[in-house]
Amino acid sequence: MEPQLGQLELSFTDRYSICVRETLNELPDSFTITDPSISGHPIVFASNGFLKMSGYEMAEVVGKNGRVFQGPKTDRRSVLEIREAIRQEKSLQVSIVNYRRDGRPFWMLFCMRPVFGKEDGRVVHFVGVQVPIMRKRRQSGGCNGGGFCGDGLGFRETMIGSCRREVCSDSVVELSRVLALDSDGRELEVEEHCEASDLEKTKAASAMNNILSVLTHYSELTRRLVCGKRCCLAGMGPLGSSLILSLGRIKQSFVLSNPHLPDMPIVYASDAFLKLTGYARHEVLGRNCRFLGGVDTDSSTIFKVAILLSSIKESIQTEQACTVRILNYRKDKSSFWNILHISPVRNASGKIAYYMGVQIDEGSKNHDKNGLSPEMKPHSAVGAVKVAVRSLSMIAGTSES
Amino acid sequence: MLRIKRVPTVVSNYQKEEAEEGGGGGCGRNCLQKCCIPGAKLPLYAFKRLNKISGGKDLLNPEDKEPPVAFLDSLLLGEWEDRVQKGLFRYDVTACETKLNEGRHLKKRPTEFRVDKVLQPFDGSKFNFTKVGQEEVLFQFEASEDNEIQFFPNAPIDVENSPSVVAINVSPIEYGHVLLIPRILECLPQRIDRDSFLLALYMAAEAGNPYFRLGYNSLGAFATINHLHFQAYYLAVPFPIEKALARKITTFKGGVVISELSNYPVRGFVFVGENTLEDLSNAVSDSCICLQENNIPFNVFISDSAKRIFLLPQCYAEKQALGEVSPELLDTQVNPAVWEISGHMVLKRKKDYEEASEANAWRLLAEVSLSEERFQEVKALIFEVISCRDEGNPSVSESLLEEEPDDKPQSLEVDALNKGSCHPMVSGECLVLH
Repeated sequence: MEPQLGQLELSFTDRYSICVRETLNELPDSFTITDPSISGHPIVFASNGFLKMSGYEMAEVVGKNGRVFQGPKTDRRSVLEIREAIRQEKSLQVSIVNYRRDGRPFWMLFCMRPVFGKEDGRVVHFVGVQVPIMRKRRQSGGCNGGGFCGDGLGFRETMIGSCRREVCSDSVVELSRVLALDSDGRELEVEEHCEASDLEKTKAASAMNNILSVLTHYSELTRRLVCGKRCCLAGMGPLGSSLILSLGRIKQSFVLSNPHLPDMPIVYASDAFLKLTGYARHEVLGRNCRFLGGVDTDSSTIFKVAILLSSIKESIQTEQACTVRILNYRKDKSSFWNILHISPVRNASGKIAYYMGVQIDEGSKNHDKNGLSPEMKPHSAVGAVKVAVRSLSMIAGTSES
Repeated sequence: MLRIKRVPTVVSNYQKEEAEEGGGGGCGRNCLQKCCIPGAKLPLYAFKRLNKISGGKDLLNPEDKEPPVAFLDSLLLGEWEDRVQKGLFRYDVTACETKLNEGRHLKKRPTEFRVDKVLQPFDGSKFNFTKVGQEEVLFQFEASEDNEIQFFPNAPIDVENSPSVVAINVSPIEYGHVLLIPRILECLPQRIDRDSFLLALYMAAEAGNPYFRLGYNSLGAFATINHLHFQAYYLAVPFPIEKALARKITTFKGGVVISELSNYPVRGFVFVGENTLEDLSNAVSDSCICLQENNIPFNVFISDSAKRIFLLPQCYAEKQALGEVSPELLDTQVNPAVWEISGHMVLKRKKDYEEASEANAWRLLAEVSLSEERFQEVKALIFEVISCRDEGNPSVSESLLEEEPDDKPQSLEVDALNKGSCHPMVSGECLVLH
């Protein structure tokens, strides 16, 4: 399931206004911006520099996860480092092999930084800067000192894979010869590890600073400020972006409520829940689940509802899972029978972190006969949430009690 | 003959009832043997033999159809949670109220387990997975015939075809801890063969999540049941072994790159495939076969959706039997099997948990490792075998290119499963030492 284009667009313009694109595109650098709160952690913006470097069109890239640019020669340990940095919401700098649209691998220096929303300290985006690593060139005439003489601009097209091949090509003719060689199917020497030079590191750092200052500036226009450093409210903050990332993969309708906050507010609502109930995310977060109950005019059912509610309460008191059938209302006041499954979800220390409610609309019969049985469906959502919460509360610094 | 006293972990609820059972037609336990299997049904997941290893999803050839069921998130974890609700597990691993009743373990007669032979014949009189209850089996797992992923919620068990199944481990070390039992009804002993190993890789690939790993323990390397099985579980933290540096040794046929772990307490090999899953699988399984035929115990750790495989020969049980392990370490009762070796320690005593440190874990793992000398011998042995197979590529290059040195110390996550008491599962913060 791919995220809607509108959602990707909004992720960006809501925060930085529409004008930000133009300004970002004036920057010469290759970079992408991703949104960890959208399912699949997709790219929401790719700079012209990135498109030029990778050979892709904008439409081919937006909505995709950055891992699509990796391939068999990409070192798995570096991939793990990137994954961990995202999970821990940290900055990162790593040399890694990526692949261009035509399938050719090349070494690049990848720098990534989280961008935090000022209002709640949550990671709103990650900025990734890609600086191709130039092959080291022999010292030659006109290029004294340094031992490295790429000017960073004139040679941007020379990053065609090998960083070890000792070729000194100043002219376009020379360059095209090398390109031709490579397209002959010669094995590119991307096997060996390649480290970025100081120049490349500086380049990446200054690109990153420019991008962050553009983002910060434009976020002032929308009054939804961002900053490069976490300015976090301590304690019971919102869910971390890495947990949201894991939860976003679960396709079912569910909410998480935090029992440690007054009135057990909803702290997470899945896309499927919003679709089922017709509410927007911000209308749901922070509220107790009972708003789904609405006004039931039929007095004979009030008694039943009371029993239901008490069994839900009991399940919460005894820390047990339970399943009830309850009449709920959508935002547009239409009703549906909800097979509601409630289960406690524990964090890594074994304490209950959330109560999870999985909603199955009894009326929707669209489960195909080749899928999971309807009884199994809530279990799969519970299982996936349990591992996500458990694992993520093991990370230092993000554990919630 | 070398023996050590061993109290096996209970992996099935039917294991402890061994010997008490009378048997007879339809034994009443709803097991997987002749008595109960006729008419039995289990969900069946048929995977697509997608052989190519790719770094990510192909951008230009988007995924074909969405699978009917998400293998890991829906099927495996859903069926597992269902067994939680049915109360099949011995404790709630997420609650840490691990009623790991050591008392009961100790009351049982300790099994004498032969540890000096990696290959031992299957013994039907001992506990094996055909004796588990059908409710402990989550689903059947096989290659799809028409090359599309298929799911049947209720498929009959085809006895002739001996299905491979995924079952729960009733003493889980993590949420979602399962066992993959290849061709269960054939009653294969714990012994790697090419087909079974490839099946394990397919399972890792099918889960499609880098945090879902599979592991294998040979006999003599802390396998507790001599019936072919792999273990697997999901834990969304990087394992220390995955963070360890590796020094490339050589590239074999099919672009399989073999490296040697370079800053990890246990010496071992890392296999990374560039082309097909089958090439990678064969390189590793042939190495395993070589080890088991030479009676060298080993563990295998299948990581990163089957993109990286760690092979670790070990000698702890032998040292233990010869009385060469310090009593201090023995007292911890930690069995260095695949998860422990990969850096996920399951501790049994409260004391050890409280004293858990990287240094202690390191010390245990160092005992597990072969000596440098022995490791080089084993390496030569394996390379001889793979090179013979590798006729197509005579230029097996010895490029010993060191990766950039990394002076960060590696960390070890340590877990505790303590009896009765509840302790925080170890998050990196208290035990990762920097």
